[in-house]
Amino acid sequence: MAIRERLSGNEAVAYAIRQINPDVMPAFPITPSTEIPQYVANYIANGKVDTEFIHVESEHSAMSAAVGASAAGARVVTATSSCGMALMWEELYVAASDRLPVVMALVNRALSGPININADHSDSMGARDSGWIQIYAESNQEVYDNFLQAYPIAEHEAVHLPVMICQDGFITSHGVENILLVEDEKVKEFVGEYCPAHYLLNEKEPMALGPYAVSSYYMETKRGQREAMKNARRVILEVAERFEKMTGRKYGFFEEYRMEDAEYVIVIIGSAAGTCRAAVDHIRKESGKKVGLLKIRVFRPFPEEELAEALRDKKAVAVLDRSEMFSATGGPLGTEVRSALYGAKSRAEVVNYFYGLGGRDITVEDFEEVYTKLEKLAETHKAEDMYDYIGLRER
Amino acid sequence: MKKTVEIRWHGRGGQGAKTAALLLADVAFKTGKYVQGFPEYGPERMGAPITAYNRISEDVITIHSNIYSPDYVVVVDDGLLESIDVTQGLKKGGAVIVNTGRSRAQIVSQLKRHGWKGSVYTVDARKISLDALGRYYPNSPMLAAVVAVSGVVSPDEFLKEMRDSFAHKFAKKPEVIEGNMKALEKTFETLAENGEKAVRKSA
Repeated sequence: MAIRERLSGNEAVAYAIRQINPDVMPAFPITPSTEIPQYVANYIANGKVDTEFIHVESEHSAMSAAVGASAAGARVVTATSSCGMALMWEELYVAASDRLPVVMALVNRALSGPININADHSDSMGARDSGWIQIYAESNQEVYDNFLQAYPIAEHEAVHLPVMICQDGFITSHGVENILLVEDEKVKEFVGEYCPAHYLLNEKEPMALGPYAVSSYYMETKRGQREAMKNARRVILEVAERFEKMTGRKYGFFEEYRMEDAEYVIVIIGSAAGTCRAAVDHIRKESGKKVGLLKIRVFRPFPEEELAEALRDKKAVAVLDRSEMFSATGGPLGTEVRSALYGAKSRAEVVNYFYGLGGRDITVEDFEEVYTKLEKLAETHKAEDMYDYIGLRER
Repeated sequence: MKKTVEIRWHGRGGQGAKTAALLLADVAFKTGKYVQGFPEYGPERMGAPITAYNRISEDVITIHSNIYSPDYVVVVDDGLLESIDVTQGLKKGGAVIVNTGRSRAQIVSQLKRHGWKGSVYTVDARKISLDALGRYYPNSPMLAAVVAVSGVVSPDEFLKEMRDSFAHKFAKKPEVIEGNMKALEKTFETLAENGEKAVRKSA
């Protein structure tokens, strides 16, 4: 029987870390992820886990220590946000190219400047090309469930890549919600022991990790990372299936909500999907208009084919980005969804909106307005602006 | 109780409005409800106005936005009435609950200046807390007040759950349990004298 609880998103991640009991946690505090290492430090002090906590002097060192510990053969966790992850930048790429299954609890927060502590996806979206698997959550339940699935994905022999488990800063990290927890012994069985095939502390197999790669080797390394990322697609689904057997909760690359007959669709990542869900229910109840929601869970690897299939026959699609990339055209999600649909020769109209930057709130009414715009777009085939903002103050 | 009740808390940093919102979520959770309790974060500092929120429902809650048209507003510091329109967006049939040492009539007329003509409840949390505990902790009385006025949890269930959670929280100083319980009960009694039928008997 599941354990009925109410926890904040940060508490839920810390609870999962306690259940998994990783070997090493190097971490440096930064709002809004600070509570995670704080709770874990409590678990350590109270003898609930035997994780070795490494007090580092910066996030650069946190990820360096994570790389070192993982290379040695340990199961490693760290947590960070925003500028903290930006300071890890160099080592993010090292962890991925050394094929180290480090798991990071990322609590999404806007990057400076102006300095801001609230939620947007500019930190993780900036790292989308670093070679990390990225999994996002709508709710505290989802971030907990994703965290339990992280190690089986990361440590799978066909993958061996680092995984970022993302949740929206404050909105889920500091919000208390109902949650169903899995019993400790079930989690331990689900996650299993980490027995790497190759590791630095194996005296029987001396090896070098992360050496200089001349031009005649570098490209093959990148090709290897791509293979691993492709394999991750299959493994992510296999792990989700095993998770469903344990809990009854179903996960995939994305979630389709009332999409079977939907004509107008919003594509979104993260906590605002829950608000959009309420808008879909309200519109369908009030006017019967066929609106739907597609919530991305896995952004890396990007589920291009599956996404194109789900959106192909829709009349109009709005892709909502919670981060800028200053191409002066669109956002990261908008661009990739549009590209997927182009490949599928879809006739769906696609618009791209920015919302929620630096924690700007988005409401049920905002979503209803987007659906109204989509309806108009499907009729006129003319968007007022292909790249627009939601909730922007004009004065 | 209607399907989803939305509550907005106004307080000052350090007064415990966030903690009170989380405590309310706790109590409602224990009686089987779906709950949300969340603060609105900014550059926090002691004494600055802060907002916290609750959604309490019979059904799963998926909305992750702030609350703009609450059913109830709780004001932990009556000094905020000067600078903030606490009734902004408050539903017509809703109510404001204010912690104040002033008379209810004074608060009613102050809120009228913002155009609020609906229900107003006042609680002197300072007096109740000092009488019951000997120290000023506004949380317990304000929590009892919002439970009494909103009916999100029945008073009996509330008192039972609070006794359990105080027993747990104050396991090492059981002497404060009775004082805290007294503060809750006293709040129910004073609200009943508020001139409105304040304490709802059932959820």
